[in-house]
Amino acid sequence: MSALKIENVWKEYGDQIVLENVSLNVESRAFVALVGPSGCGKTTFLRMILGQEKPTRGTILLDGVPLPPEPGPDRGVVFQRYSVFPHLTVLGNVMLGKELKASPLSGKLFGAARKTAIEEARAMIAEVGLTGSEDKYPAQLSGGMQQRLALAQALIMRPKVLLLDEPFGALDPGIRHEIHLLMKRLWNETPMTVVMVTHDMREAFTLATRVIAFERPRDRPEEKLRYGATITRDIPIWPPRRAGAAA
Amino acid sequence: MRWINTRPSNGARLALAALPFAAVLVAYTIGSAARLAENANDKLLPGLAGFADAINRLAFVADARTGDIVLWTDTLASLVRLFSGLGIATAIALVIGMLIGMLPYARSLLAPFVAAISMVPPLALLPILFIALGLGEVSKVALIVIGVAPVMVRDLSLFALSLPREQVIKAETLGGSSWQIALRVVLPQTLPRLITVLRLQLGPAWLFLIAAEAISADSGLGYRIFLVRRYLAMDVIFPYVVWITLIAVLTDWLLDRIRLAVFPWSASENKA
Repeated sequence: MSALKIENVWKEYGDQIVLENVSLNVESRAFVALVGPSGCGKTTFLRMILGQEKPTRGTILLDGVPLPPEPGPDRGVVFQRYSVFPHLTVLGNVMLGKELKASPLSGKLFGAARKTAIEEARAMIAEVGLTGSEDKYPAQLSGGMQQRLALAQALIMRPKVLLLDEPFGALDPGIRHEIHLLMKRLWNETPMTVVMVTHDMREAFTLATRVIAFERPRDRPEEKLRYGATITRDIPIWPPRRAGAAA
Repeated sequence: MRWINTRPSNGARLALAALPFAAVLVAYTIGSAARLAENANDKLLPGLAGFADAINRLAFVADARTGDIVLWTDTLASLVRLFSGLGIATAIALVIGMLIGMLPYARSLLAPFVAAISMVPPLALLPILFIALGLGEVSKVALIVIGVAPVMVRDLSLFALSLPREQVIKAETLGGSSWQIALRVVLPQTLPRLITVLRLQLGPAWLFLIAAEAISADSGLGYRIFLVRRYLAMDVIFPYVVWITLIAVLTDWLLDRIRLAVFPWSASENKA
């Protein structure tokens, strides 16, 4: 299970109020898209779930337990850029999570354990359609392939929640469509909740089970500092999409 | 076509690269010939024959008194000092640079100190080193370390800091501890930069080495140059300078080759 409960969360940077009084319940296995104009704090909201930032006030619960104040393996992430490690091959990138988990001291696996990890990583690489590129470095991959790699790298950890920060924003429309199909399939097959930030409305409505809009209710210049953004719309997709149903 | 879009062919590139070297050589030969024509015993700009004679004496004939071949003993003595100093500086830079780059507490503790230390003129410390550590090898190696390590530490800590924050966050979501992230994410990406910063510090390292040898040594390339200076022995000084330059250029080139061979991904990174 992987339900998120966000209770009266505020985020302030000094005098600047970015988010005010955000409350949200995300049921397990949901695919939530966060939309809104630039600078409305949707990425900040995602970072708070990730543990990269702390809420100034309020709490975020994952399955009823408050989130630890730093990122951890229960929450995977794919950023728009810099999601994969340039010094590791595709295989090395996907295996890294396994290696870190199994080997606290050296962070590397050897012998039979390494073989098992390689097999698992290869299966994951095949899952995202990167078979044949195992020995390439990220710089040799196209943008779309890099994001596929980032998904494989995150999903091999079997996170409860997958967080996506405009992951497909920099891709060509054709490539983006393909990776949308992949994303749908992965969400259907993997027991996880997805929260995605996007500025592409079509993407939000194509993928999500629920679209959440962030906006500043008061946006006059003199009000900007003291009033933050909050959730203004919460749109369930009809007919409802269910994870595990045929995509 | 615009000048910015015209490119030399491979042959032209080689010829262009050789041109300045050839120009210096020709200018020297003309100057030397002119001076020698005026005074056959001129010592300031010896002719090529003079150089050949001196090089033969230093590099191939054993010294009558000690039985050593002077150039090789000098080179060996200097390189041992140089690479001991650079090795120690590199180790210090890697450890402290990564600590400052990764841990906010280490940064608060060490960054201002390193910044201040790097502003101390190393040559001003040379008398202190000679007094405290004696006139032997230790003080010369110490001068090189003090001269190059602070710059290397600052460069590496800035580099480690400039790694995208997303990478560290990502590693945390893969379950990495601070130690594991240092070992598997930051260290491998810092090593190519370490080699590059080492290349950039070769020049300063030679400077400090020769300064230390000039003041107190009984062998070494810098020692020899400053010894024969008393006799205006340009036929020795020039070849020594060329030899030092050659060693430095070769080291620089070799280090870059090593970086590309060991960290193949760092090549495509440079272009991006």
